[in-house]
Amino acid sequence: MTRFILRRLMLMVLTMLVVSILTYLLLEINGYSVVVKVLGPYSTDEQRVLWLEANGYNRPVWERYLAWLGGMITGDFGQSLKYRVPVSDVLWPRLANTGILAATVFAVMVPLSIVAGVLAGMKEGGTLDRVISLFSIVTTSVPEFASSVLLAFVFILLLGWFPATSTMSNGFDPLQLVMPAMVLILFGFGYVARMMRASMAEVMQSNYVRTAILKGMPIRRVILLHALRNALIAPFTVIVLQINWLLSGVIVVEFFFAYRGFGALLLESSLTQDIFMLQACAMISVIVAVGTQTIADVGYGMLNPRVRFT
Amino acid sequence: MMEFNLNLGSSELQTRPVRGWRSRLPRILFSPVGLIGGFICLFWIAVSLAAPLLSPFGPTEQVTPFQTPGMIAPDGRVFWLGSDHLGRDIMSRIIWGGRRVLFFSTIATGSAYAVGVSLGLVAGYFRGWIDDLVSSFANVVLSFPVLVLYVVIISTYGASGLNIVVAVTFASAPGIMRIVRGIVLDLRSRDYVASAQTRGESAAYIMFREILPNATSLLIVDACLRLGYTTITIGVLGFLGLGLPPPQPDWGGMINETRAMATFAPHMTVFPCIAISSFVLGLNLLADGLRESTLID
Repeated sequence: MTRFILRRLMLMVLTMLVVSILTYLLLEINGYSVVVKVLGPYSTDEQRVLWLEANGYNRPVWERYLAWLGGMITGDFGQSLKYRVPVSDVLWPRLANTGILAATVFAVMVPLSIVAGVLAGMKEGGTLDRVISLFSIVTTSVPEFASSVLLAFVFILLLGWFPATSTMSNGFDPLQLVMPAMVLILFGFGYVARMMRASMAEVMQSNYVRTAILKGMPIRRVILLHALRNALIAPFTVIVLQINWLLSGVIVVEFFFAYRGFGALLLESSLTQDIFMLQACAMISVIVAVGTQTIADVGYGMLNPRVRFT
Repeated sequence: MMEFNLNLGSSELQTRPVRGWRSRLPRILFSPVGLIGGFICLFWIAVSLAAPLLSPFGPTEQVTPFQTPGMIAPDGRVFWLGSDHLGRDIMSRIIWGGRRVLFFSTIATGSAYAVGVSLGLVAGYFRGWIDDLVSSFANVVLSFPVLVLYVVIISTYGASGLNIVVAVTFASAPGIMRIVRGIVLDLRSRDYVASAQTRGESAAYIMFREILPNATSLLIVDACLRLGYTTITIGVLGFLGLGLPPPQPDWGGMINETRAMATFAPHMTVFPCIAISSFVLGLNLLADGLRESTLID
């Protein structure tokens, strides 16, 4: 088991390194395009040459990359061009805000979709299964930006229950969290529920469940004691990987509801060409994504002994 | 924005022929859900193809701004779904926007498939170092959160139809490659592959003529789902202001342009939302129906 975890961790570090090279190639390799973003389109050639020299852009590529990587690892991301402060000053509070949003989404979505999936998977092809399956396919079909518009139309415009934006400008307000969270929950719910349903339906057809039913065990006990524990193994990966998807989802939702989180920051930095901020955001999201993948792999190995040593 | 994992149990690959008169009908006809999905998709395809005939106004023609649905233009034409802040007819823009969205999502998905299928066939058929290389590269690309990747690529290289196609290909081909590789690993040990090898057929012939046709039923399901994701992606990029360049309409861009006015003119935003959601829903239902009907027999 220790070897398995160690191998996964090494793979994780390796992937992060490769991804960092990719990010570097995409955003940083061309020193000239960096300096145009930093000094602006109206800077003179002379200024640009001086800036490149002063910031070490004339060194060999690998030396520049290592220096850049060192900065990323130690949390020294450089100066934000837009905010004129160190990137990390802006980044961490934004990340914390997104953390709050994501935690809320998970706290509601995971239990909800597991219950729905179990109910649907208990009796495959039944009425309840049809209803839940159709509902989940509809909610995953509506893109987050469309459900943001439609839900905002109903709950903000028609009913007036929630504030129209979630800027949290007067301190933290849970009411402002409801709309962005609801959109994300709705979109993610269908996917997790479908996975849970498929897994539950498979387990319900297994021999040990049939035996338990035939020996006269009440169906409630069969499901809670025998079926559920095994049915939860496969969706575990899906649920953990939802964190990865959430990174994409928050971009749209935070943009729409003006929530001051990480996703909005990433988008804003890419639109305003705030290059060092964008690099930091991209690296953070990759670290989160690769990290959750490792957690999903290791966790799955722990839950399911059959894949442990492959 | 997520990957659907197809269950690649080997039982799915061995399809038995349908017997009797039913064998002459496409199997999708036996799945009501799939049929509804198919009709929705056909509807949007027909609308896109017939855009010049169906749309009462030009997509960028400016007539009377802020008309609510059903109002009449000065020349007697009707704004069935109202008009936007620049006086452009919403319905015409949805029709033309659909044409553009469908065109680019099909091209992008097709190009992702061309790359992904080729890589998957090569990786799965030859195995060895080439498989390791392709697979580890795919793992790296797949570890990026998709939308982050799109935002970084598009904002660095600019928003254009071509760049969207390239970005989608780059981001989705690895997923397709993984699926194809899995299928090929299963199929390459079949007798018909061995017999083709004995006949002395070339590797390319075996990959494209022997293996690929046997993988199509699974790939079609995945293609429907993926076309849906690509449509969502193009919509999201348009919504974030990184999509197909204006003033030609696309669904996501229309929502972005008008959402600030949604408080007093919600029709400008709501109808494009319904358009994109219904098309993606149609694709997902169709995929569901196709998957069911390949499993039934």
